[in-house]
Amino acid sequence: MSDQTLFSIFFSALVVNNFTLALFLGLCPFMGVSARVETALRMGLANIFVLVLTALSAWFLNTYILETAPYLRIISFIIVIASLVQIVEMAIKKLSPTLFRQLGIYLPLITTNCAILGLAIFQTNRGYGFMQGLTFAVGAGLGLTLALVLMASIRESVEFSDVPGIAKGTGLVLIIAGTLSLAFMGFAGLL
Amino acid sequence: MNQEGNRNRIDVAIEVENTGKAEPQDARAPKEVSTFRLVATLALAGALAGLLIVLVNEHTKPIIDKYKAEQLQLSVYEVLPGVEHYDTWYLVDGALALTLPAGAKEADYKRLYIGRDKNGAAKGVAMSRGESGFQDVIMVIFGFDPVKGVLSGMKILDSKETPGLGDKIFKDMAFVNQFFAGPQTPLLGVKSGAGKGQPNEIDMITGATISSKVVIEIINNALEEWKPVLDKGIPEAPADPASGEAAQ
Amino acid sequence: MKTTTAQQDFIRGIWKENPVLIQMLGLCPALAVTNSVANALAMSGATFFVLSCSSVLISTCKRFIPHEVRISAYILVIATFVTLADMLLQAYAPVQHKELGAFIALIVVNCMILGRQESFSAKNSVFRSLLDAFGTGIGFTIALVMMGGFREILGTGSFLGYSLFGPNFEPWVIMVLPAGGFLTLGFILLAIGAIEQRRKNKTAGKAEQMAEASS
Repeated sequence: MSDQTLFSIFFSALVVNNFTLALFLGLCPFMGVSARVETALRMGLANIFVLVLTALSAWFLNTYILETAPYLRIISFIIVIASLVQIVEMAIKKLSPTLFRQLGIYLPLITTNCAILGLAIFQTNRGYGFMQGLTFAVGAGLGLTLALVLMASIRESVEFSDVPGIAKGTGLVLIIAGTLSLAFMGFAGLL
Repeated sequence: MNQEGNRNRIDVAIEVENTGKAEPQDARAPKEVSTFRLVATLALAGALAGLLIVLVNEHTKPIIDKYKAEQLQLSVYEVLPGVEHYDTWYLVDGALALTLPAGAKEADYKRLYIGRDKNGAAKGVAMSRGESGFQDVIMVIFGFDPVKGVLSGMKILDSKETPGLGDKIFKDMAFVNQFFAGPQTPLLGVKSGAGKGQPNEIDMITGATISSKVVIEIINNALEEWKPVLDKGIPEAPADPASGEAAQ
Repeated sequence: MKTTTAQQDFIRGIWKENPVLIQMLGLCPALAVTNSVANALAMSGATFFVLSCSSVLISTCKRFIPHEVRISAYILVIATFVTLADMLLQAYAPVQHKELGAFIALIVVNCMILGRQESFSAKNSVFRSLLDAFGTGIGFTIALVMMGGFREILGTGSFLGYSLFGPNFEPWVIMVLPAGGFLTLGFILLAIGAIEQRRKNKTAGKAEQMAEASS
């Protein structure tokens, strides 16, 4: 059990060590999905859901199964994550076909989203207990969503500006991300 | 930046998605593959993978454990200058114990390292603690003399503070050396130059006040937590020298 | 049915279809561990190992992997080699292992490796798959070392730990911070875009000239 308080875990994951802008996790959806605020929001929420489930699974695996075979950690985590995403995909397909169509290809891409596996690994390395892991997942997921939505709204505005040809696309997104990351550095030290 | 003919991440995913999730009744599949074969292939692959990992683990684990033990030893000796060897005690139910209860996980219990001189008498204790710093968690190990109530040394075990600013907590030797000069506890952080010369003052680093403050707080909090246990007295050296760690 | 030569299989991963700079795959490690050249090299090495071993193994076994479960099989193979790389790195390069931290395990979800298996190793011979893996791995290394070089030289004034400019150099600290990672890659991409644009204009200009000359 780590000594960190729940509040500091939550706040740190949300802004101080934002998964996307400080830890570089979850970049693929960040680059790909962040052109429209609505899609960004939906993607973020789907991610929060998967993150929470992952935190619970990781805690369960760590506590009961991986004690005897710590080297199987990576394999078991990725198998669990792949299965979780599969289940979530089937659930969304049944419950909300429109949402399923809108998210399209990005749903199975959550499996290879470094943020999900990253969360499981960080949780393990820091020795978080049950509540700590859960708080971490919620904070991280909200932080991801925050970064996605911010990037999407900036990109929506940028569409009306005169961007030089070579900068269009990922180059511009990265520079915007760099500026956002700089801005978020201001949160450090708030704790 | 997606030139024609070059594939970006989305293209890869779409290709995988389109060809990967074919239903068994898909007319494009050349032949029907039995579920048994699917499961068997994965199970076999899993077993081989497991075997390979276990083999390499047998080979690397001793090397890794040895390195970790060495690093820990080095840190303890650094913050307890002058001790011959030390023994490791665990905090179990409010008292110090040499061994953990059966089936207990080592990581769940706080540890105290008791330094001994060559006659086996206690010569200071060391403990580690981590708390949120400016950027992320800072891990500190420090040495303490429970008789005189002063510190004998401090070492930053893990820090992700801002390079050039917060990382001075281990790079600025003037700051670090203060902890080796036997300051009184509880420590009091003061702005550099504003101190009154009290024996428990630590000058904080200009421009890294928060990181310095956290280091001081970590030490004070750890000592406060351990006070009731330390007040009960330091246990004698164990009779069996194998349960301790010998100095180099 | 091979439509590319062995040489092409090897060369294209290095620049033309560079996994990081052109295909935008594997961005997470490219930004996270390139704050120094040593870290960039360690990460490239580990990824190179995982990619090569996975490509060879999957190409060898491609006949035995049923179509429906191939993604799970690929992930299993990749995860195994990542676990091995993690253990070997921790035993033989513990300092680098600590610096890279969780990102070694994250090689598993590096889309670049999975993509290579799906699009190449599953359909080609072992030798060609090895060449493809080598080429891609070298391309990855070049991209990462470029980023690492920029960030370390500007951010700490040293290269591989050796101080370049002496003690009076005022380091541009932001370069070793996350923001610097984003900005560095962004500007590199901009530069590549500019070079591509120039090349396009030149060839377009030349084509015009030839068209005029022949008319």
